[in-house]
Amino acid sequence: MAFKLNVNGKVREADVDPDTPLLWTLRDALGVLGPKFGCGVGQCGACTVHLDGQPIRSCVTPVSAVQGKITTIEGIGASAVGQRVQQAWTELDVAQCGYCQPGQIMSATALLTKNPKPTDADIDAAMNGNICRCATYGRIRAAIKRASGQRGEA
Amino acid sequence: MTVQTSRREFMKAGAVSGGLVLAFALAPKAGAQGQQPATPPLQPFNAYVRIAPDETVTITSKNPEVGQGIKTMLPMLIAEELDVDWSKVRIVQADNDPTIYGRQFAGGSMATPLHWEELRRVGGAGRAMLIAAAARGWGVSPAECTTTPGVVVHAASGRRATYGSLAAKAAAVPVPDPKSLTLKDPAAYRIIGKPRAQYDTAKIVTGQPLFGIDVQVPGMLYATYEKAPVFGAKVAGADLAAAQGVKGVRKAFVVEGGTELSGLLPGVAVVADSWWAARKGRDRLNIRWAEHPTSAQSSAGFQARADELAKAKPQKNLRNDGDIDAALKGAARTVQAAYAYPFLAHAPLEPQNCTAHFQNGKLEIWAPTQNPEPGRQLTARTLGIKPEDITIHMIRGGGGFGRRLSNDYMVEAAWIARETGRPVKLLWTREDDLRHDFYRPAGFHYLSGGLDASGKLVAWHDHFVTFGEGDQYAPSARMSENEFPARFVPNCRLDVSTMPIGVPTGPLRAPGSNALAFVMQSFIDELAHAAGADPYEFRMRLLAAQTEVPEGQGAFNPRRMEGALRAVAEMSGWGKTKLPARTGMGIAFYYSHLGYFAEVVRASVDADGNVTPEKVWVAGDVGRQIINPFGALNQVEGSALDGLSEALHQKVTIENGAAVESNFDTYPLMRISEAPPVEVKFVTTDFPPTGLGEPALPPVIPALCNAVFAATGKRVRSLPIDPAQLKA
Ligand code: FES
Ligand code: FES
Repeated sequence: MAFKLNVNGKVREADVDPDTPLLWTLRDALGVLGPKFGCGVGQCGACTVHLDGQPIRSCVTPVSAVQGKITTIEGIGASAVGQRVQQAWTELDVAQCGYCQPGQIMSATALLTKNPKPTDADIDAAMNGNICRCATYGRIRAAIKRASGQRGEA
Repeated sequence: MTVQTSRREFMKAGAVSGGLVLAFALAPKAGAQGQQPATPPLQPFNAYVRIAPDETVTITSKNPEVGQGIKTMLPMLIAEELDVDWSKVRIVQADNDPTIYGRQFAGGSMATPLHWEELRRVGGAGRAMLIAAAARGWGVSPAECTTTPGVVVHAASGRRATYGSLAAKAAAVPVPDPKSLTLKDPAAYRIIGKPRAQYDTAKIVTGQPLFGIDVQVPGMLYATYEKAPVFGAKVAGADLAAAQGVKGVRKAFVVEGGTELSGLLPGVAVVADSWWAARKGRDRLNIRWAEHPTSAQSSAGFQARADELAKAKPQKNLRNDGDIDAALKGAARTVQAAYAYPFLAHAPLEPQNCTAHFQNGKLEIWAPTQNPEPGRQLTARTLGIKPEDITIHMIRGGGGFGRRLSNDYMVEAAWIARETGRPVKLLWTREDDLRHDFYRPAGFHYLSGGLDASGKLVAWHDHFVTFGEGDQYAPSARMSENEFPARFVPNCRLDVSTMPIGVPTGPLRAPGSNALAFVMQSFIDELAHAAGADPYEFRMRLLAAQTEVPEGQGAFNPRRMEGALRAVAEMSGWGKTKLPARTGMGIAFYYSHLGYFAEVVRASVDADGNVTPEKVWVAGDVGRQIINPFGALNQVEGSALDGLSEALHQKVTIENGAAVESNFDTYPLMRISEAPPVEVKFVTTDFPPTGLGEPALPPVIPALCNAVFAATGKRVRSLPIDPAQLKA
């Protein structure tokens, strides 16, 4: 079946089964490889993309249920907040292996878009769905603070 | 040209597309007895350095990158001594090629000790050749020339020549004997010791394809592979036609496989136009598995068997200093305890995957592996082809932690690709990953300790029950006869008994140490409390018992550990901090991977027994130089949190011969809300720099457990920590 998807501002057509998760539609049908596969069951956040600005787990979202504008890590730099987040991630060299970071950046951007000055508790609540197996959590927290213009902890 | 030295090194240089190519490598095998591999033909990427006429310097990173930051760090060593501007450096990832690079692996925190000297000399040799080329052109002595980044300078005449303009001529200069090179005074470092972001950071934060899972080869198909829950069981039957009936599925077939747990195990492959179609096909397979001799094994059974073995005479003795029986009998106080730790999975966030293409008898592989050459050998053996006919591209791995030292996914992808006749990307599910790991082996320790009237530790006995058969230990299931406090206690006996296992085991970050540190440093804490001593003071006295400092690589130097311990006590305000009720601080140290680490954890325990680590202090001594402070801190912080995550949550349970846990709901990893701040201090001592991928992990586990004891008076003797045991 052909599905029309708005991905990072471009309308794309994907010929996949309706039960195909958005993650695999993006990755295998459309070649959008930024969203990652970590668990397939909504537990790790590696596959996080935005649907109309809301972070969703694309691994458990069937393509047939998607209505709205999809933004992936490849397109997040188009927003000012996304760009600041990417910048902070770069300056603090947050990543170790880097595999979780597209998902982390998507969740962090959604948080800062809604809540420009998050507290530590806000950060915990918004970011708890994103596992970092390398445990770069201290830097993720600091980078969110930096991107929000607050003084980050070390 | 080839220059040979007594250390079996060779260097060569040649002009490639107008630039300078410089290669320098250890001979592939120590066992080669001075035999050099034939000088390989010069290829653009078969060497370490290329300098282009436009002044860009391309440096090849020889080792696999799995998040340890090596792709950035190794080139820093070369760039420093080559004397170039870091902003001009481009980094490329080497393919697997032992004839050029020797061993290429990510393991044991060995990259720093193995490359600190060699790669700085690669850079130094390049610089000397550029100077020689410039000096020849100017008709002056090389000794009169110096460099500033990217430029050779003859100060007396004010002449300057850029590296880019000299590269072609420099390539014709004989390669100097690496031993003749004078390396920089560390005070002059411009790159080493300065925080450098990972070279791939820009790609990571913008989601560019980087990882094994992102590899795309034209005409590629996607595969899944299902193996038996009981490790190594054969396929008795499967509904291949049902799988093949799923739209997009091209092929479903049984792979006979072998019995070697680290090799190609039996299973069923489904190959399709998309991974989702392959998965749907797999769901229809309805595989019947054959009976298997290990299908009754279980974690509970292993524990029960260990308890039995502990009561019997130990099968082997590792060490027997003094007279342990007399010492325990004569001790003013004795303490006995049984400790146990579970199987653990690695769970790198990127599930195992590999892409392979078999064509005209040759195999091309794209693999996020930590250990490519053994994978090539395994694949060659299994497929019955020559290793020379296999090319391996090393692709960034989304985490390693030792999991990707094994190459099971590689040989699976290779087999499936050959059967399919098309390029194939094999991708495991998370369930595949957690149920088919090479687990950190569980282990069981039965300990007795004795103190004299002054509170000094005088007797230490450990009966370690582990896995193996006869003289063979299961992978990563052994203990050294020097396990601390051996050599620091006059009467010390270490015994071992083994039991057979059908579960694959292997190295997990800080193998051995990640479990042994918990046991030894917890039991030392028990003895400190029994002696009525401060746990820090007790450890300092224990270290002081050994006045001799052993020489040589790998030898434990108690003076360095004392330094780390002193530093962490100071940083954490040890013994000076007033703490609320049910909050405690714990201390521990551990030496592994040539690194000396002492750590303090402050933790609170609520009325339900839930443990919250509030802060971690780490003092580490890895020698005189931190190469990349950004990467170094990231590794230490990550290791400390990784250890806490293991202690708080992680356990793989074996039941009916198979792993029970299958995804992050049942195998939880630490999340951001649980991650305490980690304060790190590097204690510098005048020893060669050593690695940081692992040694900060082991001591954090006993430091946490010792903090729990300080908070609750309850001793954690089994992992993961069970809140039910810690209720108020
Ligand atoms: S892959 Fe979607 S949440 Fe883990
Ligand atoms: S950086 Fe490796 S999983 Fe987060």
